[in-house]
Amino acid sequence: MAMLSFERKYRVRGGTLLGGDLFDFWVGPFYVGFFGVVGGFFTLLGTALIIWGAAIGPTWNIWEINIAPPNLSYGLGFAPLAHGGLWQIITICAVGSFGSWALREVEISRKLGIGLHVPAAFSVAIFAYVSLEVIRPLLMGAWGVGFPYGIMSHLDWVSNTGYNYINFEYNPMHMVAVTLFFTTTFALALHGSLVLGAVNPAKGETAKFTEHEDTFFRDFIGYSIGTLGIHRLGLFLALGAGFASAACILISGPFWTQGWPAWWGWWLHLPIWQFGGH
Amino acid sequence: MPEYQNIFTRVQIRGPLHEGVPAPSGAWGRQGKPFFSYLLGQIGNAQVGPIYLGSLGVASIICFVVAFEIIGLNMWASVNWNPIRFVRDLPWLALEPPAPAYGLSLPPLQHGGWWLLAGLFLTTSLVLWWARIYRRSRQLGIGTHTAWAFASAIWLFLVLGFIRPLLMGSWGEAPPFGIFPHLDWTVSFSLRYGNLYYDPFHMLSIVFLYGSVLLFAMHGATILAVSRFGGEREAEQIVDRGTASERAALFWRWTMGFNATMESIHRWAWWFAVLTTLTGGIGILLTGTVVDNWFLWAVKHHVAPPYPHVYGHVPNPTATTGISTTGAGANQ
Repeated sequence: MAMLSFERKYRVRGGTLLGGDLFDFWVGPFYVGFFGVVGGFFTLLGTALIIWGAAIGPTWNIWEINIAPPNLSYGLGFAPLAHGGLWQIITICAVGSFGSWALREVEISRKLGIGLHVPAAFSVAIFAYVSLEVIRPLLMGAWGVGFPYGIMSHLDWVSNTGYNYINFEYNPMHMVAVTLFFTTTFALALHGSLVLGAVNPAKGETAKFTEHEDTFFRDFIGYSIGTLGIHRLGLFLALGAGFASAACILISGPFWTQGWPAWWGWWLHLPIWQFGGH
Repeated sequence: MPEYQNIFTRVQIRGPLHEGVPAPSGAWGRQGKPFFSYLLGQIGNAQVGPIYLGSLGVASIICFVVAFEIIGLNMWASVNWNPIRFVRDLPWLALEPPAPAYGLSLPPLQHGGWWLLAGLFLTTSLVLWWARIYRRSRQLGIGTHTAWAFASAIWLFLVLGFIRPLLMGSWGEAPPFGIFPHLDWTVSFSLRYGNLYYDPFHMLSIVFLYGSVLLFAMHGATILAVSRFGGEREAEQIVDRGTASERAALFWRWTMGFNATMESIHRWAWWFAVLTTLTGGIGILLTGTVVDNWFLWAVKHHVAPPYPHVYGHVPNPTATTGISTTGAGANQ
């Protein structure tokens, strides 16, 4: 059996949201649950449709497979399968699959008697995906503005969408999001380093604990946020990055249609600058 | 569900201020009288200070201030010392590197020399700061993991500002100092070298960047979820596994079929963060030196997606004539 040495005592019934005891079991290390079954269905269907999409395309090269959304001319309607309809159904499967994964995480958390922070955090990522593939297309009146399913092609979408606004780096929410991404990575490096440094000390030393961790950071930068604080901070930075990313694309098109460099005109033309030479 | 989620501290405890674990410190002691901050105590420790300055720290700060002043004063000079324009135009102001025509020679101060000096002082400041981290870790008897993680970030910084310009034969290849200008540089760089999204090390760097954010969301949320069992006391849980670590591991095992341990998750974290800048630096280093156009490189290696030919067929120049290898702006 695929169980850890201490696992057996934790495998109890209960914590389910739907279905009661019917799907309350494990397959190997995986917990199933009602949402495991539903999610599995969406995953299998979506994956099969992606494979079908590849099959009717020009290549099986993993980097080059591309399943495109419908042409802009289809607006918000349903497109024929081979002309964007597959993309539409795959998107529905994705939302169903991600949502099921989150609800399965809720069931697992309840069964283990722990907080629901993980599925809550995952919901921010789901929001970012739904913003890109559902909300923004709805606001802009065409499914075709969504990104395609393809490894290289989705990168082309990012590049092209960015240039649509002349220079996407000038999008202020994009700046916030990038800053949060880099700061999260920075904080992760610091946190990983600190814990590993404490329990993997210099040769001949014993393992160190909270007093040494706090002392190192107070010596280093004058402040130590502490063991609980760093996890709150990391979660906040990461979720902020995800949320700001969703926000930066939602405002591009639905709320701002010019190049992003032009947006900064409000600052450059503030009346207060009249009071100096310029 | 009106249950406490441990996002903000509801009741702040005040104990004695902690002066820090005793550690060797040469001529320096810890500076500053520690105090409590209520606001900080809402999310983390309330104690602020003391700080350890140290010779390396002071030297680093001096070099940084010099670099900062060189950059700032040059920016101010560029708007004719007008304070109103300085505030208004600050995001657009820059201290630019030398023009390509100067190659790797030392240009006049006004034509890139100040940029070189600022870069020199900033680099020195970072290296001194690295040494500060390394030495303090050794003095406190902990591992030097923080220093080595910082080394990865310094690698990217050096590639961008020093190593790659050296290989390309021109300081002008490096980014300018300036908020918007350094962003303009990234766009120009990508356009000049055939779309950096096609650079495989750029892809790897993004994987690790996004992966780091994903990991910190996962790890932060997991620890908060088991904080009712003392999960945030990670060092303790590592040497003596408690129910917090067990439930945390099982959450992920049941969700995705495998799990980390309380220690190993920090190794995942360390490597994802460190590899972001490590691979990123490689991706920049290969650009213009080994590969002149990433899109054409991708076409050659069968990675670029085939789009329908809307504009008629365009022959791939690299497939027939080969790439010229003179670096951009190289001063013969």
